[in-house]
Amino acid sequence: MTIRTSDEKVMNVISYIIVGLFALIAVVPFFIVLINSFASEHSIIYNGYSFWPKEFSLDAYHMVFQSPEKMFRAYGVTIFVTGFGTAVSLFLSMMAAYVMYRKDVRYRNALSFFLYFTTLFNGGLVPYYLLIVQNLHLKNTIFVLLLAGMFNVFNILILRNFLNGSLPDALVESAKIDGAGDFRIFWQIVIPLSKPAMAAIGMFTALGYWNDWWTPMMFIEKESLYPLQYTLYQILSSANFSSQMVNSIPRLDMPKESLKLALTMVATGPIVLLYPFVQKYFVQGITVGAVKG
Amino acid sequence: MATEANTAAKSVRNPKLDRKGSGFLKELARNKVLYLMFVPIALYFIVFNYIPMAGIVVAFKSFNYQQGMFGSPWIGLDNFEYFFSSGKAWLVTKNTFLYNSVFLAAYLFFSIIIAVLIAEMSGKIFKKTSQTLLFLPYFLSWVAVAAIVYNLFNYEYGLLNSILTGIGMDPIDIYSSTSYWYFILPFFYVWKWVGFGSVLYLSAIMGFDTSAYEAAKIDGANVFQRVRYLTIPLLKPTTIVLLLLGIGRIMRGEFDMFYQLIGNNGILMDATDIIDTLVFRSLIVSQDFGMASAGGLYQSVLCFVIIMIANGLVKRYDRDQALF
Repeated sequence: MTIRTSDEKVMNVISYIIVGLFALIAVVPFFIVLINSFASEHSIIYNGYSFWPKEFSLDAYHMVFQSPEKMFRAYGVTIFVTGFGTAVSLFLSMMAAYVMYRKDVRYRNALSFFLYFTTLFNGGLVPYYLLIVQNLHLKNTIFVLLLAGMFNVFNILILRNFLNGSLPDALVESAKIDGAGDFRIFWQIVIPLSKPAMAAIGMFTALGYWNDWWTPMMFIEKESLYPLQYTLYQILSSANFSSQMVNSIPRLDMPKESLKLALTMVATGPIVLLYPFVQKYFVQGITVGAVKG
Repeated sequence: MATEANTAAKSVRNPKLDRKGSGFLKELARNKVLYLMFVPIALYFIVFNYIPMAGIVVAFKSFNYQQGMFGSPWIGLDNFEYFFSSGKAWLVTKNTFLYNSVFLAAYLFFSIIIAVLIAEMSGKIFKKTSQTLLFLPYFLSWVAVAAIVYNLFNYEYGLLNSILTGIGMDPIDIYSSTSYWYFILPFFYVWKWVGFGSVLYLSAIMGFDTSAYEAAKIDGANVFQRVRYLTIPLLKPTTIVLLLLGIGRIMRGEFDMFYQLIGNNGILMDATDIIDTLVFRSLIVSQDFGMASAGGLYQSVLCFVIIMIANGLVKRYDRDQALF
């Protein structure tokens, strides 16, 4: 490295302090929930939540895993919707992006405007709700969980921008001369070369599915179809959530407050453990998307 | 005529030879596989976006379930009269606009600051770690964020009140006082999004030409001057695009956040009711289709007009930075 001058040293100190402070603020609230989920109910009732509880206990987690059917079922729904929905979304989005990337498609600009216009104007909640409930009869089906957030115009346009920027037209032309059909070019050339962009956009889509609680709140009343976040919401917002959770008569010694925290941890833990490893795909996605088109 | 039929026949026989043929159908025939590949997406957006656009007629109807969205009887502007005379329209418009303006300004401001500071850091490990930590809230659902906020601020056991009583002060009842939320809501908006925003700005900074910085350094500009006169001006295009996107959504409230953090808290209602929560409540809780559809259409039209004006102004001022 070059020799640092004094003004650069000052800047460095300022950066460390301010960014460090922000980073701390970003994680401390989550840390408080984590640490208090291990606090005994007694210490929460008498001392409230704290940075470091006086009595530790695993009661709340015991309770969660005493009858875990509900949580496991919710995990099942969420994992299925996230996995299947992301795969379908990515494949079809990529295909549309490829069509708009091909220079020999004369109406490619009209097609992208057809998509872009939906971000400028929309019909609002009421027609959307009535369409799904009354016309498509998707209420209380797994399809509404899959379809409601399946495609995002910006993601499709980002994929197209990626293709425009990184796949030369000559590649397609030479494949055509070799006699490859349009779909084959897509499947055997474009898809393998687009893996970084697809990984990034796939991650955004998957996160959207994983954290979706709005769709089930609007369209799902059947408990067996509740995904993870909505189950958590239901439990946190209902007064007698603990008996709901363990399917038993509420007991007095039930760890009520710490159970809420333990459930929050069980529902969000995996993503917090996972995200440092997939973070680079999100950064990639933001970087690709930053190129306006 | 004959030649046209001839070229048409030729283009069917061998589409690759014919590049000059015109006409809508010919183009479809020539690239039929490609257009077919677009069909799933086209169908999706027709069904889930364009048909609901046609469904805005419901705002001019007296909706009933038997006759449905398109069959219910027309009532002209009654729904809008009802919506605007309810006294709610102005309140939610004001709230939506003010909250979103504060959110947008705070989000851009802190994203720029953090990105600039991270870019000037020398330690690689600290740089990486702090970015990872800043990104954590982005991955949490609003349900989890609501649980976190509740744990910090609830009256009986919340962390804030255990600290306050611990040092001998009176506890504060945050959930029944509106004034705190003018600060808490923007705070958690920035908290959740600043990791994302700073990465966005950082990727822009990484793309800057380093030779300009070298030249400035040789000319004796210190690091603060380089940030002030190089980095900040160079971030202008990114900021304009983000500002435009934000302005386009300025009447579209952060429903997830407001619904999860505030919920149906009656005390906080007037201070935190936005168009989206009003429309949602009218539709789902009170089944008031008139209010919900009028409010929804009002919001859509407002959004559309604002984005068109904003984009038009940017276009006039600097064509390259317009959205479309």
